[in-house]
Amino acid sequence: MLKKPKAQIEIEGDSIELYQKFTAKKTLLSLALLATLLVTSVFALNSGAFNLGSTDIFKTLMSIGSEMSSVVVWRIRMPRIMAAMITGAGLAVAGCVMQNNLKNPIASPSTLGISSGAAFGANIAIIVLGAGTAQSSASQPVVVNNPYLVAIFAFSFSMLATFVILMLARLKSFSPESIVLAGVALTSLFSAGTTLIQYFADSVQIAAAVFWTFGDLGRASWQEVLIMTLVVGCGMIYFMTKRWDYNAMDAGEDAARSLGVNVEQTRFGGMMVSSLITAVTVAFLGSIGFVGLVAPHMVRRLIGGDHRFLIPISALMGAVILLLSDTFSRTIAAPIVLPVGAITSFLGAPLFLYLLIRGGKRR
Amino acid sequence: MNLQVEGLAFNYPCHDVLKGISFSLEKGECLAILGTNGAGKSTLLKCINKILKPQKGEVLIEKNSIKGLSGNDLAKKIAYVSQSNQSSTTTVFDAILIGRRPYIKWDVGKKDLEIVNQTIKTLSLEKFTLKNVDELSGGEFQKVLIGRALAQETDVLMLDEPTSSLDLKNQLEVLELIREIAEKRQITAIVTIHDLNLALRFADKFIMLKDGMIHAAGGREVITEENISVVYEVMVKVKTIDEQTVVVPM
Repeated sequence: MLKKPKAQIEIEGDSIELYQKFTAKKTLLSLALLATLLVTSVFALNSGAFNLGSTDIFKTLMSIGSEMSSVVVWRIRMPRIMAAMITGAGLAVAGCVMQNNLKNPIASPSTLGISSGAAFGANIAIIVLGAGTAQSSASQPVVVNNPYLVAIFAFSFSMLATFVILMLARLKSFSPESIVLAGVALTSLFSAGTTLIQYFADSVQIAAAVFWTFGDLGRASWQEVLIMTLVVGCGMIYFMTKRWDYNAMDAGEDAARSLGVNVEQTRFGGMMVSSLITAVTVAFLGSIGFVGLVAPHMVRRLIGGDHRFLIPISALMGAVILLLSDTFSRTIAAPIVLPVGAITSFLGAPLFLYLLIRGGKRR
Repeated sequence: MNLQVEGLAFNYPCHDVLKGISFSLEKGECLAILGTNGAGKSTLLKCINKILKPQKGEVLIEKNSIKGLSGNDLAKKIAYVSQSNQSSTTTVFDAILIGRRPYIKWDVGKKDLEIVNQTIKTLSLEKFTLKNVDELSGGEFQKVLIGRALAQETDVLMLDEPTSSLDLKNQLEVLELIREIAEKRQITAIVTIHDLNLALRFADKFIMLKDGMIHAAGGREVITEENISVVYEVMVKVKTIDEQTVVVPM
C-alpha cells in the first residue's frame, strides 16, 4: 500500500493544530532575530576606532574597567548601539503601519514629506539662526554647534508637515490617496524652501546643513536615547493595541468598517503616531532612509501580513538592519565613520529591488 | 421579525439614491435585491450596516434599533461582504479569524480558534488552511469571505454581488452554501444579484429596486415580465421549466 505524502497528511490534520504550529514558527523567527540582535550588539560593542579588547569591555561592563574604556563603552558605543536599535525599530514599525494605513507598499516617512519638513526646519536653524559653524578639526571641519536648536526646529517642522498633511487629508475623509498627494505637495514645498534658504547661505552654512542631513547615530547621547525609547516604546504599545484593526484594514475599508473598525480614526491615529516616531528620530539623528521600507517588507515576505507578529518582528528586523549598517559604517573605513544613512540606502536599494523582483515572479 | 428596515433614505448632495425603503425579513429567509447598476442596491446594504449614514429611516434587529450600537456591537449583529475585497498575504485561517475581531479583547481565545476551525470545515476549506488568500481561485476566495462573515456569528448576513466574478459552478455552489447556512443557523441572508435566474433558484423573497425606490417586493410572484420590463427596460419571457421559474431574454 502506498504511503500518503507528508503534505497530504498535514492537510488532513486539525486546522487549529496546524495553525498553532504555524504561529509557533513566527515566534521562533522573533527569537532568532532577538539572538541576532544580541550577537550584533556584542560585535558592535567590540568594534570601533579605539582599540578595546573583549576583556576590557567585559571589565567595563562589570564596572571594573579603566576610565578610558568606561568612556568609550558607556558614553560612545553603548548610546550609539541603543540609538541604532531604537531608531531601527521605530522606523520599521512606523513604515509598517504607514504601509497598512495608506494601502501603499512604498509609503514611508520620506514619501509623506515628514523628512523634508525636518530638513527644512534644520536648514532654518543652521542657516537663518546660525546654528552651524566652521571648526578647525581636519576630520570634521563643519559642525552643528547648537544641535538642540536644530533638533527642535527639525521636529517642529516635521510635526507641522504631519498636521498639514492630516488636515488636508481630512477634507477627503482621510483617503489614502489624499494623504499621499498632500505628502507629495508638501515635499515639493519644503524642498523648494530648503533650496531657497541654501541659495542665500554661505558655503560653511551649506556644508553644516548638508552634514546634518546625513543620518548619523553618533549624535545620540543617553538623553536622546531615553527620549527616543519613550516615544518608540509608547508608539509600539499603541500600534499593538490596534493590531486587529490593521489586520481588518488589510481586507479593505468596507470590510474593516463592517467588522467594527473606525477606519478614519484608526488611520489618523496610526499616521499621527508613526509621524511622531519619525519626527523624533529624524530631528535627533538626521535622515536614515530605507529601514522603514525594507524591514516590514522583509518580514511580510517571511511571515505574512498578520500585524500581531508583523509589528514586533518588523521592529526587531529594523533594529538588526540599522545596527548592522551602523557597525559596518564604523568599521569599513575606520577611523573614518561613514554616514549610516548612506549605508542603509546602499544596502536597502538592491535588497528592496530584489524583494520586488522576487515578489513579481511569485505572483 | 428578525430584520426590519423602515423608510431608509440616503442622498448625496445633488442626487437621491434611496427614497424611503421599507421591508422586513424573518429568521432563515433569503432575500435577493434586484435592479440595474446604480439602482441603489449596494447603497441599501451599506445603509443597513451603517457604513453609510442614511439621512432618514431606521433599521431594527429583533425589534431593537441599531442606531445606538457601537461599531463592535453592530458587527456582532450584521455581517457584510462587500463587492470590493482585497486579498492579502494572510492565510485562510487568519482571514477567517479576522471575523472574530469584534469579540477579541486582547488575544485570540480557544473559542475563537474553534469557531474558525468549524467554519473552515463547514466551507470545506481544510486543505487551504495555511494557504495565502492571494493564491486562491475566485470561488475559494469568495468562500473565505463568507467564512469571515460567518465567524462574526451574526443574526444577519449581507453579501454584495457575491457571484459577480465566479463561473457557473462556483455561482451555484456559493449561493447554495449561503442558503444552507441561512436555514441551518436561522440567520437572515440578503444578497444583491444581477442574474435573475440565479436569484430565483436561491432566494425566497425579492425586492426590485428602480431609481432608489422599491418597484416590487414579495415572493417569486413578483418576478413577472411586466416588472422586469419596467425595472431593467428589457423584454423577457418568464417560463416554467421542470417546476422552475426561468427568465428568458427576448
